[in-house]
Amino acid sequence: MSAAQWRRAMNSAATAAAPTTARPAPSARPASPSAPGVDVIATPTWLSRLAARIRLRHLVVLAAVVLYPFVASPFFTYQIGAQSLALGLIALSLTFLGGYGGMVSLAQMTIAGLAGYLVAIFGTSSMVSISLGWPWWLAVPFALLGATVFAAAVGWLSVRTEGIYTIMITLAIGVAFFYLAQQNYTVFNGFQGLSKIAAPELAGIDFREPVGFYFVALGCALAGYFLVKHLVRAPFGVALQGIRDNPRRMESLGYHVTAHRVAAYAVAGLLAAVGGVLMVWYNGRISPGTVNLAQMISILVIAVLGGMKHPIGAFVGAVVYVLLQNFAIDLFVRERFNLVIGGVFLAIVLFSPDGLLGLWAKLRSSLGRPEISHQKRRPQ
Amino acid sequence: MREQRKKIALWLLFAGPIAVFSVWAVVDNAPLYFKTLLNGLTLASLYFLVASGFTLVFGLMRNVNLAHGSLYLLGAYVGWIVGENTGSWLLAVAAGFLSAAVLGLLMQVFIFRFMEGQDLRQTLVTIGLAIVFADLMLWAFGGEIYTFDPPAWIYGSTVLPVVEKFPTYRIAVLLAAIVIGIGLWSFLARTRIGMMIRAGVDDRGMLAASGVNVQLIFAVTFAIGAGLAGLAGVVGGTALSISPGEDTRYLLASLVVVIVGGMGSVVGASIGALLIGLAEQFGLAYAPTYSVVFTFVIMVVALAFRPRGIMGRAA
Amino acid sequence: MKATKRLWIRTVVGAAAATALMGSAWAQETLKIGLLANLEGPFAVPGQDGYRGADMALKEKNGMAGGKKIEFVKVSSDATPDKAVAMTRKAVEQDKVQIMIGPLSGDEGIAVKNYAKTKPDITFINGSSGAQATTLTDPAPNFYRFNTEGAQWLVGLGEHALSKGYKRTFLISEDYGFPYSQVQGFMASYCAKGGKVIDKAWVPLGTKDYASVIAKIPKDIDALVVVLGGSDAVNFLTQYEQAGGNKPMIGGSITVDQTVLNYKGKRRESLLGTMSAGPMADSIDTPEWKKFVADYKAQFKDGFPSPSLFAYLYYINTRATLEALDTVKGDLSNGQKAYREALQKTNFKGPAGEVKIDANRNGVGTTYITEVTKAPDGSFYNKVVKTVPNISQTLGLPEADFKKMGLGSRDVPDCRK
Repeated sequence: MSAAQWRRAMNSAATAAAPTTARPAPSARPASPSAPGVDVIATPTWLSRLAARIRLRHLVVLAAVVLYPFVASPFFTYQIGAQSLALGLIALSLTFLGGYGGMVSLAQMTIAGLAGYLVAIFGTSSMVSISLGWPWWLAVPFALLGATVFAAAVGWLSVRTEGIYTIMITLAIGVAFFYLAQQNYTVFNGFQGLSKIAAPELAGIDFREPVGFYFVALGCALAGYFLVKHLVRAPFGVALQGIRDNPRRMESLGYHVTAHRVAAYAVAGLLAAVGGVLMVWYNGRISPGTVNLAQMISILVIAVLGGMKHPIGAFVGAVVYVLLQNFAIDLFVRERFNLVIGGVFLAIVLFSPDGLLGLWAKLRSSLGRPEISHQKRRPQ
Repeated sequence: MREQRKKIALWLLFAGPIAVFSVWAVVDNAPLYFKTLLNGLTLASLYFLVASGFTLVFGLMRNVNLAHGSLYLLGAYVGWIVGENTGSWLLAVAAGFLSAAVLGLLMQVFIFRFMEGQDLRQTLVTIGLAIVFADLMLWAFGGEIYTFDPPAWIYGSTVLPVVEKFPTYRIAVLLAAIVIGIGLWSFLARTRIGMMIRAGVDDRGMLAASGVNVQLIFAVTFAIGAGLAGLAGVVGGTALSISPGEDTRYLLASLVVVIVGGMGSVVGASIGALLIGLAEQFGLAYAPTYSVVFTFVIMVVALAFRPRGIMGRAA
Repeated sequence: MKATKRLWIRTVVGAAAATALMGSAWAQETLKIGLLANLEGPFAVPGQDGYRGADMALKEKNGMAGGKKIEFVKVSSDATPDKAVAMTRKAVEQDKVQIMIGPLSGDEGIAVKNYAKTKPDITFINGSSGAQATTLTDPAPNFYRFNTEGAQWLVGLGEHALSKGYKRTFLISEDYGFPYSQVQGFMASYCAKGGKVIDKAWVPLGTKDYASVIAKIPKDIDALVVVLGGSDAVNFLTQYEQAGGNKPMIGGSITVDQTVLNYKGKRRESLLGTMSAGPMADSIDTPEWKKFVADYKAQFKDGFPSPSLFAYLYYINTRATLEALDTVKGDLSNGQKAYREALQKTNFKGPAGEVKIDANRNGVGTTYITEVTKAPDGSFYNKVVKTVPNISQTLGLPEADFKKMGLGSRDVPDCRK
């Protein structure tokens, strides 16, 4: 559809949403207790809104992630911290698409992998016959663009089919890409993949070093997080949640459901692509093994583990997953740690569908704190 | 009239290149072409056996059972143990069916019954179950390769016209799939329970409202679907051995077959299986490098024209 | 009351989380050596045997080397290079090992070698990975491989095939790096001495149904060269027999090895006589090999009937690691300089022949040509028919010729009609 049509659809959505009383998704927006007397004090509205929403825990977490690399060992900064942020970003794309858009796509890792491959193909890698050798500030944007376009294509294919089909189709698309990358040597270098992909150096800071890379990952993760937080409160995100809850009603209200969904896929694709670029820099290589079935499922595991209805859940899930991956072998019977990860995932899905964050909320309420209003989502 | 013309155009678009290719291949190497055709048909029968259970469960209970591959593998392992201890391959097949059916029944009654309507959650649970089952089976049965020992009259090769020697077992699989397919279809079309299942696929609410014990129907359907997977495990394991990792392979195959054929439709599953089986074998014979990708390309193309699968109906 | 309780709980939880995430370095009293194999993925079962091989080498030395107590830090990967590097990084940076043994599979080896270049102070020794490129392309000065690689394993098989009159063959093989090396090792001398591989059927990894590939086998060949592994080999052999095939077969190193000959099910007579080659065989008739098998059987009641390829490879690499430590009396100072010199000079008589490395830090060793034979008790095993010693990475060709040929790939080498 053309840009003009899209804009018209979005604008009609915006004007249609305002006066109607039949608001979609009554709990879509977290209730923000407005500070009393805000109209009296002469501060800019966005600042006052921001101040009203910030809590102590937000500042603590922010301080913790910023100071983390200075107190943790390089291994922990790099393998645990930076990897969690990169994986968390990819899982965030799934949380956005699945939790707020109602479309669970197993192809997010595929999109991330494609972005990684494109960085290797456009930039420098071990295979001079494949890589084009562009500088990183040219290779990365094009890689992001390519992956986002691919994500939109996946979306276009998946939205034409409804409901549960999305999981199946995205799974099949992901596996198809895996086989393509494995079999093709002219572009993807087949089974071996491409290696010697290094993060760039910028203004004297080497992004290959643990601390430097951590801050790049942190910056991208924060940007992604705030983008998602902003989007879900913006007309686009609110409409998306409406479409998640009742597409027929939204259609009758004049929203272009397919366009919104494809756009959501594209946005999620961009997030995943950024995560994919971080992953390829983190690993220094990419091969079909990075996008195989197990990795695709692990993104879903991470998103569900943390809780699919909260953006922070993706990062919480990623931290838990990375810790389990690295240390389960030390703590449990060595050969059965796959069972442990599967078992934890199963337990969470069976008993706490809202993931670890849901457990946390229940714990808080059971410790005497009343149920917080913005934690109540739509009735299950 | 326009619809008719559009249909004819689509048919020509697909049948045309296939016909041209077939003529070329027959002229080039006739035995290879017909062997590949037969191989494709027999592989399709195996895929049909595995996918039929999946589509039955999917169609009625909207449950994307991603643990379907694990049921396949479990049926195969249990069938193998029974076959080794009793020496009878047919008993192994029965054991495969029963063990998977029992596990499926337990899954439905103790887990899925409480998650009605939460499609996503059910799917996630099946993923978790698949991971757990896969590791448990690796623990219990190890990583070795298991092969079956079918009776001598099934094993070996028969001489057929044009293709000469062709594995007898594959012909047996083809016949078995036809028999089971017809059996399944008659079960759904001619028996009372089958009627209730079909009604449930169309409108679950109405079925419940008309006084039928929907939970019982669900349990029976899941058991049959799982049992079919287990049976396919023994049948498939005899043709191609059993080892860890077979579960994901057949799960993916079922997925693609059901997507292409349309959910909830046994006829759709057979059409999907035919397309995928033939594509895989012809790809392997004539263009091996990308044969694995063909399967998925077909899926994408099918969905581009029929978003709900070839025989699928509105969800 | 409630507020302070909440605050207290949050502080405790926060502190616990913080400590968990910060990590800590433990003091070193023993010498830690990292050990990487696969416990998940397609090589889960061979990976366990790899650990067994390494454990055997350590037990032979009573757990000590260079005057220090040795502790293995065991980590596991799943045959993907990403995980292999991640686990190696964990062992090196988190568990602070000073020597790292591993990985198991070919592509993991290349990835670990690239990582090794970023850690020049740690010595990396191979586990069982057998890709040519690990030491031939862009080698790392601190990565040592005491075993021979995939191409070296099939040198000499070509001559044996020609001696049986197999002049025209057809190749069926898996489509990735390790088989490429194996095929190059076979064809290097086979083609040079007049054999012809009239066509190659490269089958994608993960194919189980070989029916159509079997249909393509031409009638006018003398033998089939089959380079498949594990369950793929079993499937192919069964399907080939079912399709009425009866050509003799020449197998790759993992096509008729332990795992394939010992599959659970009826033994197929058609396997008998299949020739193959590899760095070891079940039936080597030397006292060293017999002792190795006896020790394996005694130590590991839950292992294979006879040590597998992976147990052997991990054993020789670990033993080389420990013997060099003995030579320098545990001195790992000065960037491990003395230790590396000792490694370069290491030379001992292993269970399957001499173990030593060339200037490129790659193993130079013996290849055993075998044929599948039936033992008196009815089981199948690989009987050694010929021994070819001292095979280096140039595969018996002059170095200039080998460099011209390049590394094995789908089309290299090529000798059709």
